[in-house]
Amino acid sequence: MSEAVVSHPTEKRPAAAPGWFRRALDSDLFYSFRRSKITMIAAGVTLLFFLIAIFASVLSVQNPFDPAQLQLMNSRISPLWTADGQSPFLLGTDEQGRDVLSAILYGLRISLLVGVLGVVLSGAIGILLGLTAGYFGGAVDGLIMRIADVQLSFPAILIALLINGIAKSVFGNKLDEMSMLAVLVFAIGLSFWVQYARTVRGSVLVEKNKDYVAAAQLIGLPAPVIMLRHVLPNTTGPILVIATINLALAIITEATLSFLGSGMPETMPSLGTLIRIGNGYLFAGEWWIVAFPGIALAALILSINLLGDWLRDALNPKLR
Amino acid sequence: MLAFTLRRAIQAIGVMIAVGIISFSMFRFAGDPVNQMVGMDTSGAERAAIRKSLGLDDPFIVQFGRYVGNAAQFKFGVSYQFRLPVSDLLMERMPATLELAICATIFAMISGILMGVYSALRRDSWLAHIFQAVSLIGISLPTFLIGILMIYLFSVTLGWLPSFGRGDVVHIGWWTTGLLTLSGLKALIMPSITLGLFQMTLIMRLVRAEMLEVLRTDYIRFARARGLTTRAIHFGHALRNTLVPVITVAGLQFGSVIAFAIITETVFQWPGMGLLFVQAVQNVDIPIMAAYLMMVSLIFVTINLVVDILYTIVDPRLRSTVSRAH
Repeated sequence: MSEAVVSHPTEKRPAAAPGWFRRALDSDLFYSFRRSKITMIAAGVTLLFFLIAIFASVLSVQNPFDPAQLQLMNSRISPLWTADGQSPFLLGTDEQGRDVLSAILYGLRISLLVGVLGVVLSGAIGILLGLTAGYFGGAVDGLIMRIADVQLSFPAILIALLINGIAKSVFGNKLDEMSMLAVLVFAIGLSFWVQYARTVRGSVLVEKNKDYVAAAQLIGLPAPVIMLRHVLPNTTGPILVIATINLALAIITEATLSFLGSGMPETMPSLGTLIRIGNGYLFAGEWWIVAFPGIALAALILSINLLGDWLRDALNPKLR
Repeated sequence: MLAFTLRRAIQAIGVMIAVGIISFSMFRFAGDPVNQMVGMDTSGAERAAIRKSLGLDDPFIVQFGRYVGNAAQFKFGVSYQFRLPVSDLLMERMPATLELAICATIFAMISGILMGVYSALRRDSWLAHIFQAVSLIGISLPTFLIGILMIYLFSVTLGWLPSFGRGDVVHIGWWTTGLLTLSGLKALIMPSITLGLFQMTLIMRLVRAEMLEVLRTDYIRFARARGLTTRAIHFGHALRNTLVPVITVAGLQFGSVIAFAIITETVFQWPGMGLLFVQAVQNVDIPIMAAYLMMVSLIFVTINLVVDILYTIVDPRLRSTVSRAH
């Protein structure tokens, strides 16, 4: 635990500690990573997904959402290895002659973007509220934790749907793609902050009675500085675990919202939107339009979950 | 005990008031209801008259009071898209959702307990490993993907089960049930499994962990020493002691099952409250959204309250810690 926490600041400041790379390699965390084959595979798959999402425009044969590049001649081609397959459409095409693989690459980008931004936002809200509640205590603590309790008893997907609906009714039903993306990030951020807040608050309650906090208070540091620079770094481990598991949850939530028709529009689809579109062609026998986005989504979530499970066990001193 | 119950009840009422304020604000601040009701050519004076007749000029607290009063009488206004009272729409759809949720919970409990017991007793068998893998998939795969996969397998490829709807239903008073017809039962299978899979995973993991823990305790060792049969020890002693937390979790999860039915109902076009809610979100039909929110919250709050109170009755240890803490 302590080893893991110490290794993080050193990674950020390589100049201050010359052997930081060596130290990262020698850490307990890396040792347990090396020992778990399935974790290494999961990490590899996750990294691969991020890379192909970043380089989507280089890797795909067409920009699937530029109508000028689509040709109806190429519609409904089955995957390359089947009898009717055609190059260069490795995973086939849909009704509009859109390459399924290219659509997945671009959709992955949207899914990961919403997921990561959603996790960052929910983390920021949760950490801030958790720090405030734990550090100040009293009525502030009571209020924040009451809200957290109430929200925790409702499933996140319901809250996200509701925020989505409210946003639509406030801004009008026809939002453009980028503002829809922002609404989704906002909905996910507001749905998942509770776990961070509870964990951070718990850690702060332990940390705030330690001598180093008393020392910081004694030299007259303001409360925000103590909270962010002194208390927060000691809660990194649990936050990291929650963030990893929540990344998978955020991606599932975004995909579900998009599948339900309340997420990304068809002009800028995420994986969930692609599955929604493909679902309509299932009965026509065109299984590849829905199958490959579905497999991509499942593989992505599974590998992030495996990574999160490993991280939770590796950072838990009780399991050593 | 009484103080504890009262405090929990007050808390529950507080939550309902908060939910009421949220759903009321949706009406009040998300768009002008008059604009939703009238056409483009309505004059300003006519709009003002409608506003006055709807009481939209009254102070916030008066309007809120009226809203809560109406909600308590199950009056949630008229749906923007269907032009029908929301309460009628919800009542018509509620049996479908409740039937689905109950079947899903029963499926989850039976298969979850069986799988959990098996993987606790035969920890290293290949079937137990398969169960573990299934539980990981059950958590990782989004509900709608599982539903689509099942439709592809059992409706498109094999043609065994219907892919959408409830089949034939029988009317019993205002309640409609699909449990009494063959097509209704067939239609119920895939949605129930899809909806129950996540709870099944949860229950299986819980039963397995609890069983492993109980099997290590002294009274099990003592039962073995007394020479009881393995079967009696496993099912009479161990399993019975794991069932209390399982039933608690299943009870607490029932609210989430109803909420998660939103997804399953969309995949299978199941004519329940969840599908109504999803369509309402898409069409910004605020009366339905607000009413659904209130109904689901009421179910959640009631379940939580009942479980909390039952807990203190069933488990005397909890009662003493509660009174000691305060």
